Amino acid sequence: MKGSPAYREFHPKWYRTRVSTYWWLSQWSYRKFMLRELSSVFVAYVIVITLMQAHALGQGRAEYAAFQELMTRPFVVLLNVVTFLFLLLHTITWFNLTPRAIVLRLGGRRVPDLFIIAPNYVAWLVISGVVAWFVLRG
Amino acid sequence: MAERSSTAFFWALFSAGGVAAAFLLPVHVFLFGLAFPLGWIEPPGYESLLGLLQSPVTRLYLLVLCVLSLFHWAHRFRYMLYDGAQIKHLNEVIVVGTYGGAVVGSVVAAYLLFLAV
Repeated sequence: MKGSPAYREFHPKWYRTRVSTYWWLSQWSYRKFMLRELSSVFVAYVIVITLMQAHALGQGRAEYAAFQELMTRPFVVLLNVVTFLFLLLHTITWFNLTPRAIVLRLGGRRVPDLFIIAPNYVAWLVISGVVAWFVLRG
Repeated sequence: MAERSSTAFFWALFSAGGVAAAFLLPVHVFLFGLAFPLGWIEPPGYESLLGLLQSPVTRLYLLVLCVLSLFHWAHRFRYMLYDGAQIKHLNEVIVVGTYGGAVVGSVVAAYLLFLAV
């Protein structure tokens, strides 16, 4: 069938209102959603500094002292404060969504959300304690 | 079908990274980014931290944490640009930039943690 016109899908022109690039500024729930998504940038930042730290440690004492000095600069401290807050936002929103991902039934009844959320916080405290213990035991 | 299974694959990595980041990253930033630099807690000595890093278990832990967290970032940042900033016409560039960035970051992490030390 050479020479036949190329097949083209029928595309009706729908009427669509344009959505502003800043649509998420209009409501608090949308802003919270964008802040939560933005936390991923700070997750990436933590990985960068963690790798810088591991690299500096392996390079030697002077390099590690330089890394420690970098961490005390006011701008970096400010960035770390903001990062910590964003990580808390990530952790809290992540834990609070677990009942959406895990549905447990006991005796034919759905286990209440609180009983699914709460163990996350307990595990978070224990895990943080274990990491801190490994770092601090000297 | 390939499109769907790759979406599931990246979502699984995103999810695993979200769990790792939620449980582990706050304590890392709190200690090394705030408590030690600001003098709230006496930082461990160089030798003791180096000893910790030289253990293969620590390096493997850090590598897994880095890889999962990077793919978590890639997936969230991709959809943040896609839905939030609505730059859908740059979809291919965004996909390459985010997941590609996570792959490059993972290779750099493996190099720094296992080969450069």
